[in-house]
Amino acid sequence: MQPKVKIKGIREGLLIILGDGTWVELLEALLEHLDDQGEFLKGAHIAVDVGKCVLDAQDLLDLRNEISNRQLELRAVLSVSPVTEHNAQSLGLAIQIGILSSEIELPTLGTTLQEGGEAILVRRTLRSGYSIKNAGHVIIIGDVNPGAEIMAGGDVLVWGKLRGVVHAGAGGNENAVVCALDLSPTQLRIAGLISLTPKRRGKPSPEMAHIKEGQVVAEPWDPKRERI
Amino acid sequence: MTAKVITVTSGKGGVGKTTATANLSAAMADSGKKVVCIDADIGLRNLDVALGLENRIVYDLVDVVEGRCRIRQAMIRDKRLPELFLIPAAQTRDKSAVSPSDMIKLCDELRADFDWIFIDSPAGIERGFRNSVAPADHIIVITNPEVAAVRDADRIIGLIEAEEKGPALLIINRIKPGMVRRGEMLSVEDILELLAVELIGMVPDDETVMINTNRGIPVILDGKSKAGQAFRNVALRLSGTQVPFMELEDQRGFIGRLKRIIRN
Repeated sequence: MQPKVKIKGIREGLLIILGDGTWVELLEALLEHLDDQGEFLKGAHIAVDVGKCVLDAQDLLDLRNEISNRQLELRAVLSVSPVTEHNAQSLGLAIQIGILSSEIELPTLGTTLQEGGEAILVRRTLRSGYSIKNAGHVIIIGDVNPGAEIMAGGDVLVWGKLRGVVHAGAGGNENAVVCALDLSPTQLRIAGLISLTPKRRGKPSPEMAHIKEGQVVAEPWDPKRERI
Repeated sequence: MTAKVITVTSGKGGVGKTTATANLSAAMADSGKKVVCIDADIGLRNLDVALGLENRIVYDLVDVVEGRCRIRQAMIRDKRLPELFLIPAAQTRDKSAVSPSDMIKLCDELRADFDWIFIDSPAGIERGFRNSVAPADHIIVITNPEVAAVRDADRIIGLIEAEEKGPALLIINRIKPGMVRRGEMLSVEDILELLAVELIGMVPDDETVMINTNRGIPVILDGKSKAGQAFRNVALRLSGTQVPFMELEDQRGFIGRLKRIIRN
């Protein structure tokens, strides 16, 4: 039988891989393990791979509290369950390693990003303080409020009001686009270019921002557009 | 009796959490309900000042949690409103002296004896905030019509949703109708459009609030205060009574009457 808890060092901190079992057993084994090594691990950033366990927000909250009680910081939860991933994201936890560190490292990200990478779909409003980072595309069904941020290696699509900070093509992909029903971000970045939203007059309409002749431009959505 | 636990929080400091907690508690107690309010702002207590009870503190929240006294000993009864009790915060300790599970345990012990428990949360999103929301049945988020306060309220509402304590109830405090009319202040509609939560109170900016708070008198006891009336209305809405939102524009005096006539 494989051990319940395996710890691996990764660039961003520690990756803890949990084996098979119920969540109660696994959590107990994990905490026991952390207690044993307490002093040695102090201050580390932790990613936990919970495998097949389906965890609700309360479980994750408890996990985060237990870990922070031991002077460690939970940064990411990896899971095969989309429910767990969704709950982890809603608590502001990362769901992949590689983008574990809080500052996204653009140059290194660039080497791994390809246009058309995996997309994530977030079906809620991102309130201030939330951050979604994904090497592929990001799709939001809901609003992105001021103070929230999205970083994507690919495109960003917001079915709602986009008022936070958005960075598409974060790895340097100048073909990336940002679309929103109401495109009025605090700041909009595509690849290495930054632009601010001019004061809007009149009613908002769906727009798409992209790079055109070395500048970020936002154009009203035109269904007859040839190239997207 | 099983008390409902209401936590008042805001994210940003200075928007009126303590004033709201003091006045909602006082309004509930004034209507004959048994109320206890808990100051969870350990290290920076001031709910006792707003209620005018600071000179009667013997034991505090940390004493209760650490078992140095019974809950009853830490509860201070308000002389004006005999149904109102305060559990003050410790001033010489910090937020880490209490844990979220301590707060849940404390509230569970109090529930049987009261109708309402109000918790005054500290500003911020750290330990003190988590202590305050852990036992809550409902959370009131209070904000001012200014961009920074609304941004913080949005963050707090997000955290509340993540902890599955939602949906939050919103009080907008310190509205200046004149400035809103001139387009110099965020309007209630602007704020609601961003925050997308249920509005439970609109409180006008009112000098009587500060005058009374400094004297340690809840402003709801001042019959002439518009803000006091607004807080009373919030208390009624919390109890499930439908109350229309009051007109915030000052319509007393000759000009006010004239305006009213023109509008109708």
